[in-house]
Amino acid sequence: MTVQPRTALPQPEEIKAVPVRHPGRWVATGCVAVALAMFVNMLLTNPAFQWEFMVNNMFTPPVLTGVRTSLLLTVLAMVIGVGLGVVFAVMRLSPSPIVAGAAWAYTWFFRAVPRIVLAILFGNLGILYATFSVGFPFDQQLLGLLGFPDADARIFGVDARTIGAGFIAGLLALALSEAAYMAEIVRAGITSIDPGQTEAAQALGMSRLLTLRRIVLPQAMRVIVPPTGNETIAMLKDTALVAFVPVTNELFFQLQAIGNRTFQVFPMLVAACIWYLAMTSVLMVVQHFVERRFSRGVAGAGGAG
Amino acid sequence: MNDVPMVQAERVSKRFGHVEVLKGLDLEVARREVLCVIGPSGSGKSTFLRCVNHLEQIDSGRLWVDGELVGYRQKGDRIYELKESEIAAQRRDIGMVFQRFNLFPHMTATQNVMEAPCRVKGLSRRESERQAREQLERVGLAHKADNYPVQLSGGQQQRVAIARALAMEPKLMLFDEPTSALDPELVGEVLDVMKQLALDGMTMIVVTHEMGFAREVGDTLVFMDDGAVVESGPPTEVIAHPQHERTQSFLSKVL
Ligand SMILES: Nc1ncnc2c1ncn2[C@@H]1O[C@H](COP(=O)(O)OP(=O)(O)O)[C@@H](O)[C@H]1O
Ligand SMILES: [Mg+2]
Repeated sequence: MTVQPRTALPQPEEIKAVPVRHPGRWVATGCVAVALAMFVNMLLTNPAFQWEFMVNNMFTPPVLTGVRTSLLLTVLAMVIGVGLGVVFAVMRLSPSPIVAGAAWAYTWFFRAVPRIVLAILFGNLGILYATFSVGFPFDQQLLGLLGFPDADARIFGVDARTIGAGFIAGLLALALSEAAYMAEIVRAGITSIDPGQTEAAQALGMSRLLTLRRIVLPQAMRVIVPPTGNETIAMLKDTALVAFVPVTNELFFQLQAIGNRTFQVFPMLVAACIWYLAMTSVLMVVQHFVERRFSRGVAGAGGAG
Repeated sequence: MNDVPMVQAERVSKRFGHVEVLKGLDLEVARREVLCVIGPSGSGKSTFLRCVNHLEQIDSGRLWVDGELVGYRQKGDRIYELKESEIAAQRRDIGMVFQRFNLFPHMTATQNVMEAPCRVKGLSRRESERQAREQLERVGLAHKADNYPVQLSGGQQQRVAIARALAMEPKLMLFDEPTSALDPELVGEVLDVMKQLALDGMTMIVVTHEMGFAREVGDTLVFMDDGAVVESGPPTEVIAHPQHERTQSFLSKVL
């Protein structure tokens, strides 16, 4: 096949065609504009909103403490959730059926029980144990067998009814349930990586752990990061559930308390929407930059080079 | 000099489930020898290479590399499985090059090459990076040192993969169809690097269908079929006068 030289042809003139009309789009645009106008009109004219009252009350010190508590809970629950999630994901992929089975049972339980139930349940764990303590398992029983009836080997303990216990219980409810979801996300990320990558690393003499840390997880990040961003945003919203533990210095509880006390419930609910909207918007911006950071070395991604 | 063979396989068998893939394979590779392996698809060539560095565990027979059992330790009559760290230590001395390169896509060429010397051998970052650039120079890719794998052609990627294996200073190199995934015009540059490596005295097992390479560089040519060695000998002889009927019919298809 030969290609005709095109130099002989004159430059074709620019096409001047009548564009296709899109009447449907115009109708839709009109509907949206009308709905928007009605909505704004309602916001401005309906007396139930009490804008001035809302603005005056949504930045009071207890509310700001609530914002801080909710953010702190989000960060801590996600850090623990991601860390434990990686551990459970690796356990799920273990060749040992006992280890893999234990991780499966964990995710099964924490994905099955609603978070609000977990929050109330963890708040009531004080019924099981008066103190949460860290030490050796079955220490009292074992030491009893050895002839020390009242001894134990606890390293430190927290009384279940002390001030911080509610916060810890709420944090654990959120973090442990998050770990179950993160385990599934991390596992999907790990299994998405070509097994040839692991083989190449092993052929170089890298250990299983080193291969995971240096080769598999960094590549799996591209699959893991976007859903983790969504999980973080969901977590921020779910911190409202720790009010049921109860943890009272949390954002939603504080706003509602003001509403109940002043009989202005509705404006404070709107204030809650605005606070959560603002905080999740910040998280979405962060998510965007984190995702860009983890797409290095991928064809078509701006990060390469 | 040491006259223990570099690789010795005695009646090596390997099953996947009920399928016997290697059926009592016998093979020996001397020091500084280049052994080329040919055979039809599915005859167990890749599986054998993967057994040599214990990516697969053999079911029976014995396999030694440099006089050491692969994956096991023998004490008297008993055989003990090696720990993961001991297996990793054995693999350090065996380089492997894959058909599909398997470069780490999130690392530049230099980072690919320096990863194992730095993390496994414990060389300093500076020293492992210096050596990595030296290895890339050796395969003619000094100018691509800071590129990511996606920015390299197939031939360049495979040369980086060879440099990555060489950076661990292996005593044995395994090549599993290193040029099969390449466009024809890129095959030559990879074979040239391998040829130079052979001239430098590296012990190599090369699974390949490049008969020209086998003839020119190989010391021995092995024809494998159905999980066993059918025929072996000097490449020119095996190619010109195949003794076995199955070798004849295979060669008539690839030549
Ligand atoms: N991990 C595995 N699981 C099950 N069967 C396998 C596996 N690896 C290889 N096989 C089978 O073993 C046989 C030999 O494969 P292979 O060693 O790759 O052959 P070759 O490299 O000579 O083409 C093939 O039939 C293949 O399907
Ligand atoms: Mg193969």
